[in-house]
Amino acid sequence: MYKIVKKQKLNDAVVLMEIEAPFIARKVLPGQFIIFRIDEQGERIPVTVADYDREKGTITLIVQTVGRSTIMLGQMNEGEALLDVVGPLGIPTHLDGLKKVCVIGGGVGCAIAYPQAKALHNAGAHVDMIAGFRSKDIVIIEDEMRAVADNLYVMTDDGTYGEKGLVTNKLQQLLDEGNEYDAVIAIGPVIMMKFVAATTKPHGIKTIVSLNPIMIDGTGMCGGCRVTVGGETKFACVDGPDFDGHLVDFDELMKRNGTNKEQERHDCENCRMRSVYNA
Amino acid sequence: MPNMSLVKNPMPEQDPKVRARNFEEVTLGYTEEMAINEAQRCLNCKHMPCVAGCPVNVQIPKFISLIAQGKFADACAAIKETSALPAVCGRVCPQETQCECKCVRGIKGEPVAIGRLERFAADWAREHDAEEIVKPESNGIKVAIIGAGPAGLTCAGDLAKLGYDVTIFEAFHKAGGVLVYGIPEFRLPKVIVQKEVENLEKMGVKIMTNMVIGKVLSIDELFNDYGFKAVFVGSGAGLPSFMGIEGEGLVGVYSANEFLTRINLMKAYLDEYDTPIRKGKSVAVVGGGNVAMDAARSAMRLGAEHVYIIYRRSEAELPARAEEVHHAKEEGIEFLLLNNPTKILGDENGNVRAIECIKMELGEPDASGRRRPVAIEGSNYEVPVDTVIMSIGTSPNPLIRSTTEGLEANKWGCLVADDKAATTKEGVYAGGDAVTGAATVILAMGAGKTAAESMHEYLQEKFGNK
Repeated sequence: MYKIVKKQKLNDAVVLMEIEAPFIARKVLPGQFIIFRIDEQGERIPVTVADYDREKGTITLIVQTVGRSTIMLGQMNEGEALLDVVGPLGIPTHLDGLKKVCVIGGGVGCAIAYPQAKALHNAGAHVDMIAGFRSKDIVIIEDEMRAVADNLYVMTDDGTYGEKGLVTNKLQQLLDEGNEYDAVIAIGPVIMMKFVAATTKPHGIKTIVSLNPIMIDGTGMCGGCRVTVGGETKFACVDGPDFDGHLVDFDELMKRNGTNKEQERHDCENCRMRSVYNA
Repeated sequence: MPNMSLVKNPMPEQDPKVRARNFEEVTLGYTEEMAINEAQRCLNCKHMPCVAGCPVNVQIPKFISLIAQGKFADACAAIKETSALPAVCGRVCPQETQCECKCVRGIKGEPVAIGRLERFAADWAREHDAEEIVKPESNGIKVAIIGAGPAGLTCAGDLAKLGYDVTIFEAFHKAGGVLVYGIPEFRLPKVIVQKEVENLEKMGVKIMTNMVIGKVLSIDELFNDYGFKAVFVGSGAGLPSFMGIEGEGLVGVYSANEFLTRINLMKAYLDEYDTPIRKGKSVAVVGGGNVAMDAARSAMRLGAEHVYIIYRRSEAELPARAEEVHHAKEEGIEFLLLNNPTKILGDENGNVRAIECIKMELGEPDASGRRRPVAIEGSNYEVPVDTVIMSIGTSPNPLIRSTTEGLEANKWGCLVADDKAATTKEGVYAGGDAVTGAATVILAMGAGKTAAESMHEYLQEKFGNK
């Protein structure tokens, strides 16, 4: 069992959980993920690790409560425990040698972009960070991001906080102003990563995206997480989750991520989550 | 006087029409009377050809004669002398190409139903709680087993019996490997696997789930930081292969591994589980092995109207066991033999709507000795389906070999191990699909057994007197 030692609601739909997982905490690096399962009937849900404390033996997850399992996770409290947490899985992000980087997070993706920015900052790199949100009320981990970024640009779709606009507007502006980046790291909704990659492509800037497709085991066994990268089939769990944003077939990924949507909706009308959905 | 009937006692089974819509076990097992009657067909041959056909050398005439005498618990104990998982093997071993094909009774008529009798003895012992588990005295030497599948469980059991302090590391949340994620409930009820795992735990074997060796700990760390003196790698077959044809990224295309894991390990067929699965109306399974049969029969049980097996050779070349093919046909699985998929077609939302096949004919024999299938130009046609399951094999997982210095793999990526299961790294042994590529449960068990013997020899030589 993996005990929840800290729970913090970051906004209405995003929760932070610090979880006891000493073996994982000892090894995990930025870019890697875990898979959790709440109880015997639960799904296996992959989540990228947002932070870790090797001495305390804990990992921090920041999760958007959108599906059955994540909503149930959001309802758990400190002192309760998850049945299963396995990891660290995937290949850590290659950050070596990067001197000037633009790190872009979209929504809850900021939670995954943050450890990358932090690692780069600690390695002495210049970090510009663009964090995009729908509106002011869902802005998360702003202080943490500000602490590790040389410049933090918060963007909101509706202009209620920071600047009004999309992360790609700000990225375009920074590039137009003559900023030269060794790499752009983009983590967020697939559509956002697609347009970030489209923005950097004409400039030939290396663009790393972190993908979070459907998966079960996280060790390469099921093949559910396959993505087409540069015309080849790759498994996000063992070949990724980071890939070259200029080579990923984002449109296919968006469709595949919708695989279980219909069934999930249908099931929720009948299943034990009914009370949660009607709440 | 032996029972000279030329045929086996038939196995009671669920009616095909009924069982095609439930996940309960297809075959129901012999009654005591049937088992005794069948056991009396054994001639108790002195030269025991059947035993030579068994990868773990089960003492077949001995256990069968105990059944004939009505000593069922003793019969199970006799099997357990050499086989860790009789209830499993009695169900999933290909007896027709191992023990039973060597049976003298098979020269004229059918061989003795060794598999069915093995299953009977094991089930009887389990149902009557007749198995006595003793926890051996520990010798204090720590060994690590990577992977809780048939190879790892067998190796763990044999080493525990010898007194070793055994820890199994399993990547999934449950022990059993392919026995729990791959082989369906209707062929191998999971309570049986659970019981075998519990028995190991009673013998003192520790099982750590959610531990992906190669990620959370390396083999070198197991040796250097955790005090293990030998390691067995039984990490399984690995990554599912795809054909590389157009449309494999469409929604509704699964690997057999994913489809079966969702159903078997994650219990997608039970309402109280949250696991999503697509319940296709019309399902194509590509491939002709046992895994393909399992996937097809599972799809039927989820409520499909049509389930097709698409296989590029003819019926004679189907790699699946004859019994599985027979059961599949009885349950209404449609076989599109001498057909090869050319692409998968999707609708405007990216969902599968059809699979395009080309018809094949058999040409000259190829390297495998089987007649090579050749496409018939212009014979392409579409089969309307909403789900496609690829069951065309696996390639080895690089996780362990890429994180363990000194552990060599062959050009296909399978770990190199000699006939005593020793790898190229001292103290590390390997067996099962990780070494052979995808094969059978019993071969993996045989390798686990061999490895346990070699590890015992190695450990006694090195640490025995300490």
